[in-house]
Amino acid sequence: MGKYIKDRKPAEDSWLPYTGLEGEGDLPEGDIYVPFDAWLDRREDLLKRNSRLGVILENTDDIYALEPDLERLDLIVLQFPKMTDGRAFTQARLLRERLGFKGEIRAAGDVLQDQVFYMQRCGFSSFELRDDQDVPSVLKAFDEMSVTYQGAADTDAPIWRR
Amino acid sequence: MYQYSQADHQLLLERVTQFRDQVERRLKGDLSEEEFKNQRLRNGLYLQLHAYMLRVAVPYGLLSSEQMRTLAHIARRYDRGYGHFSTRQNIQYNWPKLEEVPEILDALAAVEMHAIQTSGNCIRNTTSDPLAGVARDEIADPRPYCELIRQWSTFHPEFNFLPRKFKIAVSGAIHDRAAVAVHDIGLRLVKNDAGELGLEVYVGGGLGRTPMIGKLVRDFLPVHDMLTYMEAILRVYNQLGRRDNLYKARIKILVHETGEEKFRELVEAEWENIKASKLRLRDEDIDAIRAHFKDPEYEDLADFDETFDQHLLTDTDFAKWVDNNLELHKKSGYRVVYLSLKSPDQPPGDVTADQMDSIADLADRYSLGQIRSTHRQNLVLSDVKLTDLYELWQELKNLGLATPNYNHLTDIIACPGMDYCSLATARSLPIAQALTDRFENYDYVNDLGDISLNISGCINACGHHHVANIGILGVNKKGIEVYQLTLGGSAREDAAIGKIIGPAFTADEIVGAVGTVLDVYLQNREDEEEDFLTTYRRIGQAPFKEQLYG
Ligand code: HEM
Ligand code: SF4
Repeated sequence: MGKYIKDRKPAEDSWLPYTGLEGEGDLPEGDIYVPFDAWLDRREDLLKRNSRLGVILENTDDIYALEPDLERLDLIVLQFPKMTDGRAFTQARLLRERLGFKGEIRAAGDVLQDQVFYMQRCGFSSFELRDDQDVPSVLKAFDEMSVTYQGAADTDAPIWRR
Repeated sequence: MYQYSQADHQLLLERVTQFRDQVERRLKGDLSEEEFKNQRLRNGLYLQLHAYMLRVAVPYGLLSSEQMRTLAHIARRYDRGYGHFSTRQNIQYNWPKLEEVPEILDALAAVEMHAIQTSGNCIRNTTSDPLAGVARDEIADPRPYCELIRQWSTFHPEFNFLPRKFKIAVSGAIHDRAAVAVHDIGLRLVKNDAGELGLEVYVGGGLGRTPMIGKLVRDFLPVHDMLTYMEAILRVYNQLGRRDNLYKARIKILVHETGEEKFRELVEAEWENIKASKLRLRDEDIDAIRAHFKDPEYEDLADFDETFDQHLLTDTDFAKWVDNNLELHKKSGYRVVYLSLKSPDQPPGDVTADQMDSIADLADRYSLGQIRSTHRQNLVLSDVKLTDLYELWQELKNLGLATPNYNHLTDIIACPGMDYCSLATARSLPIAQALTDRFENYDYVNDLGDISLNISGCINACGHHHVANIGILGVNKKGIEVYQLTLGGSAREDAAIGKIIGPAFTADEIVGAVGTVLDVYLQNREDEEEDFLTTYRRIGQAPFKEQLYG
C-alpha cells in the first residue's frame, strides 16, 4: 500500500485499480477504477454495477469524453508521468471548473511535495505519493503559500477582484 | 512604480521560506539533484561552469534606487563585486554559494525583489519597453499591463510545468524597443479607429536553434481581454505543445506544426469558454493598477537651456554623448539618458557594485529615483532635466558609463559564452572585446550610425545574434572555435531573422570580416542617412559575399 492523502489527511485507499477487462468475464465487486479505453469499451457493463466507479486517464486523453457520465463517476485519476509534465493540471481544472465534476480527482505518478500546492489549486483532492515522499512534509506543503494571485479551481477570482 | 501590497510582501516571505527549506533538503540529501534542479530553476538558480548562477527578476525593467543599492550590496557581499544585466532586463550573479542563496533572497524580498520564474519551464519574467511612460512615441503605457501579467503569471498553478520556458514582452509605442516579435507571446498596445485601446497579439516568436518571428494571431484584442486570451493560448500550449523533444517544445514549433489558422481556431475556441470569466479585466481593475504608474511630479520647464547649448559648443566629448545617448522625453525640458554598459573595460552588461551604488545616487539626484534596464543590456535614467545633463554626464564619465555608443556598432549584445556558460561552443566575450578595441574610433563608429551587432556563444542564441543587423554565432568545428556571420536581422518593428552569409571565420578573422561588411555598407549607402539595414535590404547579400569571400 502506497502513501495516500485525501482531503489533506493521510487516508486508506479503498479503490481497486482494475485492468482485467479484456475478456467478457465478470467484473469484480467493490469500488474499482478502470483505464479510459476499457471505460469506453465496456461502459454499459460498468454502469450496471452497484459499486462506485472511477476512471484513470492518460494526460493526453480528452476529458470531454467523460462528460455524459460524470454524475455516475466518483473518482477520476490523472497522471503525472514525470514531475515536469504538467498536462494533468489543465485536465483537472477543466474537470472541476468547466464540467463541474464533484467527485475525487486524484493525482498519481510523480507526485512530489513541491507540487501538491499547485495540484490542489487546480482541483485535485487526493494524492498517491511516491514512496520516498515524507507525508508530514507534504501535508505542510499544502499551506506553504497563503497568497494566490490567479483564479483557479479553488477560487474563481484573481486577487484584484477578491 | 508599483508598490507592493501586504499580499505581495507575504508571498515573497513565504517563497523565501519555501526555497530555504528546499535548499536544506538538498544539502541534507533529502532532495536529489534532479528534483532540486526543477525547483531551483523555477527560482532562477542555474548550475554553471564554475559555480551557481542566480538570475534576479527585474519586472519589466524597472528599478528604484533603493533596489539598485540592494543589488550592489548582493554583488559585494555574495558575489565578486559585480552583476550582469541580461537581454531580458534581469540581473545575473555568477558566483553565489548555494547555502547563501536564501539570505540573498531575504535581502531582495526586503526591497520587493525576487528570483521567481526567472528560469525553468514556466512563464518567465515579463519584459517591456525601457522607455515606458516617458517615450514620445507612446500610444499607451505598457507597465500596468505588464504588472497585471506579472500577477496573473506568478505561481500560476496550471502553467508552472509547461513543455518549455515561456517569454512575454509588451510594448506600447510606435517603435518597438522590447523585441516583441521574438517572444512566445508579444503584445503591442494599439488604438483602433474608434480610439479604443487594444492589443496586437503575436505568438510563436523565439530564437535558439529554430529562430522564428511571432505570428500575428489577433490584430485588435480589447485590453480587457488580455489575460483571458493569454490563458487560452497557454492552455492550448500546455495540452498540445510537444514534450517528446526538447528542441521542439517551444510554442513556436506548435504554431508552426499546427498551422497559424488552425492554431488561432484552437485558441479562439478555448477563449470562448473563459472570456467572460472573472479573469476578464474591468475598467476599474486596469485603473487600480494604472494608479501605480501615474506620472511623477514633473516641473514646467522650457525645452531649451542656454548653458546646455553653451556646453555643446565648447565640449566636444559632451556633444558626442548628447548626440548618441539621449532620447527626447514626452515632457518638455526633460531627457531620457542611456547609460552605456559597453565600455572598453567591462564585458557587455557588466556593472560593478560601486557603479551600482553610484547609479542609485545619480538616479536620486537627477532622475526621480528610478532606473530602467534594457534588452540591449544597458541602463536608462528616464527623467533627467536638460539643465542637469552636463553635471550628470561628468559623473557618468568618471564612472565609465558614458561611452557615446548607444545603438551604435560597439553597443554589442554578447552572451557570456565559454567564459561562464556550460553550454557554450565558443567564446563570445573576447570577440566582443576585440571588436570594441578595433572599432574604438568615435568618428568612424558615429558615421556608421544606427546599427546592431550581437554575439552568441552557441546555437541557443542568448546573445540574440539572429536579430542583429550583424550577427555572430560561435560554433565549434573539429575542436576549433569558428564564427558564423549573419546579416540583415532586426529586433524592432520591422523584425527579421538574419541570414548566414557564407562559411564561418576563425577567431582571428572575424573582426576583419566585420570590418569588410562595414566597408561594403559605407561604399554602397546612398547617403549618410541610409542606415545599414536599409542598405542591406536594398542591395542584398551579393556585394557582401563578394568582398568577404572574393
Ligand atoms: C549562463 C548561463 C545560461 C544558460 C545555461 C542559458 C541557456 C539557454 C538555453 C538552453 C537557451 C535556448 C532555449 C530555447 O531556445 O528553447 C537559451 C536562450 C536564450 N537565453 Fe540563455 N542561457 C544562459 C545565459 C543567458 C544570458 C546571460 C542571457 C542574456 C544576456 C540569456 C538570454 C537568453 C535569450 C534571450 C534566449 C533566447 C530565447 C528565445 O528563444 O527567445 N541567457 N539560453
Ligand atoms: S548562447 Fe549558448 S553560450 Fe551563450 S549564454 Fe546562451 S547557452 Fe550559453
